[in-house]
Amino acid sequence: MTASPSEPYDLAVVGAGSAGLAGAVTASELGLSVALLDSSTQSGGQFYRHPAPALGAVRPEALHHDWSAFSDLRRRLGASTVDHLTGHHVWSFIRESGGSGGSGGSGEPEESGGSGADGESWTVHAITGADGTEERPVRIRARALLLATGAYERQLPFPGWTLPGVVGAGGAQAMLKSGLVLPGRRIVVAGSGPLLLAVASSLAAAGARVPAVVEAAGYLRYARSPRALATNPAKAAEALVHGAALLRHRVRVLPRSAVTEVHGTDRVEAVTVSRLDGDWTPVPGTGRRIACDALAVGHGLVPQIELATAVGCATRALPDGTLGLALSEFQETSVAGLWAAGETGGVGGAGLARTEGELAGRAIAARLRGRRADPAPDRGVRPGRVGELRRRRDRMRAFADVMSAAHAPGPGWPAWLEDETDVCRCEEVTAGRVREAVTDLGARDARTVKLLTRAGMGWCQGRMCGTAVACLAARDGAPEPPAERRPFAVPVPLATLAALDEPTVEQTP
Amino acid sequence: MARTPADLVGAQPDPPFEITFDGRSVTALPGQTVAAALWGAGILAWRTTREGGRPRGAFCGIGQCYDCLATVNGEPNRRACLVPARPGDAITTQEGHGHDRLAV
Repeated sequence: MTASPSEPYDLAVVGAGSAGLAGAVTASELGLSVALLDSSTQSGGQFYRHPAPALGAVRPEALHHDWSAFSDLRRRLGASTVDHLTGHHVWSFIRESGGSGGSGGSGEPEESGGSGADGESWTVHAITGADGTEERPVRIRARALLLATGAYERQLPFPGWTLPGVVGAGGAQAMLKSGLVLPGRRIVVAGSGPLLLAVASSLAAAGARVPAVVEAAGYLRYARSPRALATNPAKAAEALVHGAALLRHRVRVLPRSAVTEVHGTDRVEAVTVSRLDGDWTPVPGTGRRIACDALAVGHGLVPQIELATAVGCATRALPDGTLGLALSEFQETSVAGLWAAGETGGVGGAGLARTEGELAGRAIAARLRGRRADPAPDRGVRPGRVGELRRRRDRMRAFADVMSAAHAPGPGWPAWLEDETDVCRCEEVTAGRVREAVTDLGARDARTVKLLTRAGMGWCQGRMCGTAVACLAARDGAPEPPAERRPFAVPVPLATLAALDEPTVEQTP
Repeated sequence: MARTPADLVGAQPDPPFEITFDGRSVTALPGQTVAAALWGAGILAWRTTREGGRPRGAFCGIGQCYDCLATVNGEPNRRACLVPARPGDAITTQEGHGHDRLAV
């Protein structure tokens, strides 16, 4: 790659949700030049996804909890010098050493003045357009990077889950928030996790009938951690708001239950809901049919970290079996010069993401200026602000761990599967073929199953089937979290790769 | 009590326009994606799988699952949940592998 004579940004932020917005505006307000890249045309990420201006929504906040926190960040973004690059799908970033013979992307943490101080910089590669198909690849250089790419929904397969009308719970929510549409009129909401209550209450408020919310876990597990609950009253209040909305709309919540079959030929006509035991194994004879024309389903969220693992960032196992990035007290990953905030470090919600984003923004500003992040009262930073952010982060992280443990999939869920159930939606690989790879051919991990069956080899790169394949491959043992290691975070046209050595559009401060 | 998503947020959209799905006229609102416009018309499937020929449509809704791939104005493999609908767009069911544009 040819060296560019242009100045890099101080900071590139990937993702314009709660964490990325907070990090970008904080760093910018502290004097850094900032590029904020996001695949969407609007800021807000998934949580604050909202209708395009042409839809003329007078009350977008009706679909959101805590909208004012977002409108505040959006106002600060508008007033800042941040270059907000919309429609930018980041597919890779690489650490480049400058002329001074830096460590050149070895990934070794450095004690002080690491990134940026010795001429090192990052190059961020993005494809552009609403779905990344515009023929205008972009590269951006920055002295520091903040990864705030959020999470995507975890799915567990069950018979009929590929039928049209079965949609992700988060997907139904996203389509409603941005497009003001519903997948049906009678929508069962199922899976596990706190998102289900939020989805059900917004679907009901938007006019759908929600015959049931089907939650595989029991809510009692929260009660095992009274301290985390008592110190996070905002979370309890949020749950109460959703609970009250569900009562108002007469939505039944069925704990310790799962949708074990979807009925219909070309679209959803009904679902069978079964009771589960403590391991999530369906209790025989408990199935009952609920008529509906759509099913919104999801089993929690998975941190979206492939851009970071591709450059060697260390991960940590989360209580729900997913992987998040291992982060320092100041949100830095194990690779110096690369920070992360929000769901990438473990799913914890928008409030935690904002806190971590601001903390990261402050830490990055301090690093690039060659001073300690805590405290920095001499730069107009409020004394104690960093300490306050760290305490708030730790408190909310503790709650996130409780939540994560409460909704961890039980080992009995594969009993939902029939041999002909598709596990991998992209490559149409059935549970029977995955089991054959494990029992007859000796596969012990998701990667071997993939090589034998193509499960996880399709367009989505294993995002939809990864959890399920890992569980099936582990048989009775504890499943290894799917390794989130992919050379490209999104599909990239060959033309883009072929053009890498040519001068491309370089966005500069 | 709001009865539609548009009521809930007090939407006052710009004038609607027409797109087509497999030749049939579908009304879309400006600012909607192709997938949202199709859902708005009660259409949930616009792709068939390459092995089983099974119908698929939007699943994850946020551009991650690639189940919603559609052919838009002759171009296959467009993620309908991300691509904005434009007046006159011709959406067609994408059948099978979607390989009809392999040129580099």
